[in-house]
Amino acid sequence: MLADKDRIFTNLYGFHDWRLPAARARGSWDNTKAILDRGVDAIIDEMKKSGLRGRGGAGFPTGLKWSFMPKEVKDRPHYLVVNADESEPGTCKDRDIMRHDPHLLVEGCLIAGFAMRANAGYIYVRGEFYNEAQTLIAAIKEAYDAGLLGKNACGSGWDFDLYVHRGAGAYICGEETALLESLEGKKGMPRLKPPFPAGSGLYGCPSTVNNVESIAVAPAILRRGAAWFAGIGRPNNTGTKLFCISGHVNKPCNVEEEMGIPLRELIDRHCGGVRGGWDNLLAVIPGGASVPLLPKSICDTVLMDFDSLRDQKSGLGTAAVIVMDKSTDVVKAIARLSQFYKHESCGQCTPCREGTGWMWRVMERMVVGNARIDEIDALEDVTKQVEGHTICALGDAAAWPIQGLIRHFRPEMERRIRARTEKLAAE
Amino acid sequence: MITADPMDVPYVEEFRFLPDYLEKVKALIANYPPGRQASAVIGVLDLAQRQEGWLSRTAMDEVARLLDMAPIRVYEIATFYTMFQLKPKGKYLLQVCTTTPCWLRGSDAIMKACEHAADGETFSVQEVECLGACVNAPVVQINDDFYEDLDEASLKKVLDALKRGETPKPGPQVDRQTSAPEGGPTTLRSE
Repeated sequence: MLADKDRIFTNLYGFHDWRLPAARARGSWDNTKAILDRGVDAIIDEMKKSGLRGRGGAGFPTGLKWSFMPKEVKDRPHYLVVNADESEPGTCKDRDIMRHDPHLLVEGCLIAGFAMRANAGYIYVRGEFYNEAQTLIAAIKEAYDAGLLGKNACGSGWDFDLYVHRGAGAYICGEETALLESLEGKKGMPRLKPPFPAGSGLYGCPSTVNNVESIAVAPAILRRGAAWFAGIGRPNNTGTKLFCISGHVNKPCNVEEEMGIPLRELIDRHCGGVRGGWDNLLAVIPGGASVPLLPKSICDTVLMDFDSLRDQKSGLGTAAVIVMDKSTDVVKAIARLSQFYKHESCGQCTPCREGTGWMWRVMERMVVGNARIDEIDALEDVTKQVEGHTICALGDAAAWPIQGLIRHFRPEMERRIRARTEKLAAE
Repeated sequence: MITADPMDVPYVEEFRFLPDYLEKVKALIANYPPGRQASAVIGVLDLAQRQEGWLSRTAMDEVARLLDMAPIRVYEIATFYTMFQLKPKGKYLLQVCTTTPCWLRGSDAIMKACEHAADGETFSVQEVECLGACVNAPVVQINDDFYEDLDEASLKKVLDALKRGETPKPGPQVDRQTSAPEGGPTTLRSE
């Protein structure tokens, strides 16, 4: 288990005050100037060495992402954009950062903004998190009043302004280019890449979009050193991670743990175990709604990090662990996710717009067995025609849960179809 | 998702921002570079909705005028984002999350109870997708506040209190600190 001394989110649950004096007592804003004085290259180099991979789902190396920004500011200003549009079903970690330890994020924004030569940053908070956004706005104001943000932030000689931008309900705005469109005052419809945001992002200017958690851990990494962070977890899967464990566990919770912790240990140690005991486990969605589910046989031994879960044809995603015990109608659980993706498709790309609705309708029939066996193959085939054929990853995200269901629970789907056929024949 | 045809959204006789709201509108616009005032559109629409309780075409037109945008661009926004209410609603909007993590913990019963309570005046109800409080499922957002770890009994208590004009305490409705495990945290116990 991760030792308390290695935890970054020491006020995860809000037992303590979030305001500046308390945040300072926990170590935030401690001589931030000295970090900035190291210079852009040294900061990015340290971030790269830490092995931090983006905490928003894709797991792209954060330091590398920062290094893609142009080396000098020319005619267009640079922007830092923070993705706080937390909407991936199962995920509720960034909410805790914003409402309980916002200064981790605010300080991280200054450092990240400096490292990408940005004088301004926007934090895009999902609209439903109204109270969380108010806390964040208040924390930013505290930082301005203390000279930590604004002109000559922290006495570093660098000017940095930070703004909160609220959304209004659209999962798709968690996709980085849809987020930029939304931030510009348009519908959240993803852009084709290239150009990538580092070349042409917000207002056509060089921009980098990072997840809240990725930014919030940056100050700790730079204070305690890349070696400390890289020493936690496994190679290529380093550091601490916020896990959100929901569903059929005795005590659902958020918790910061070591990357690569065994799934079973995570559930048993922090969540009071699976409801009805480990043997009552049916399946787990290990990384938010988008990633394929895993049956108990894999859950018995799998480690919770990017590479282990990829090896099991799933993913760490946002580390949102959705647990389902044996009482679960697993086909319905996945059909509900299909409904989610149908609801959230922005409608821009035909395979996703039409495919998500088609897949949902077929999934609803699968729930009651109102289908032919070969329609399972047709369904799988359609998921593969949606996957990889859309501008953004929402199409993939709609396809993967169904693929996971067919991979691991095809016999259950067939059983329902046969049961219904037999019932109809008997009548 | 497109939530409505903008042409179906009604006009009202008049919409104007009240002085304190207009101050907030100006402060929002100032968050963006000159000429980029369209960036404030979601925020300004939200302010209009907060002032009136819902968004009429008249309010959208005023927002378009204030931000120097073509009205159709504002209609697009108002019908793309699901938090905009395009017709009058009750005093309290019950937004019930029914996505899988909430569904696994009984959101069907919560949805049913909220539908039962909805009278259009005190309570309106809306089924919503994941609210992002999954370890505290099931969750209902009531106006700006999240009520978490609900069951039918605790939901009834919350709704009854609202009916009496009280403000029940938001957050978990069981004995629990925010997202920590029930019974106390398993971490951060050393000082």
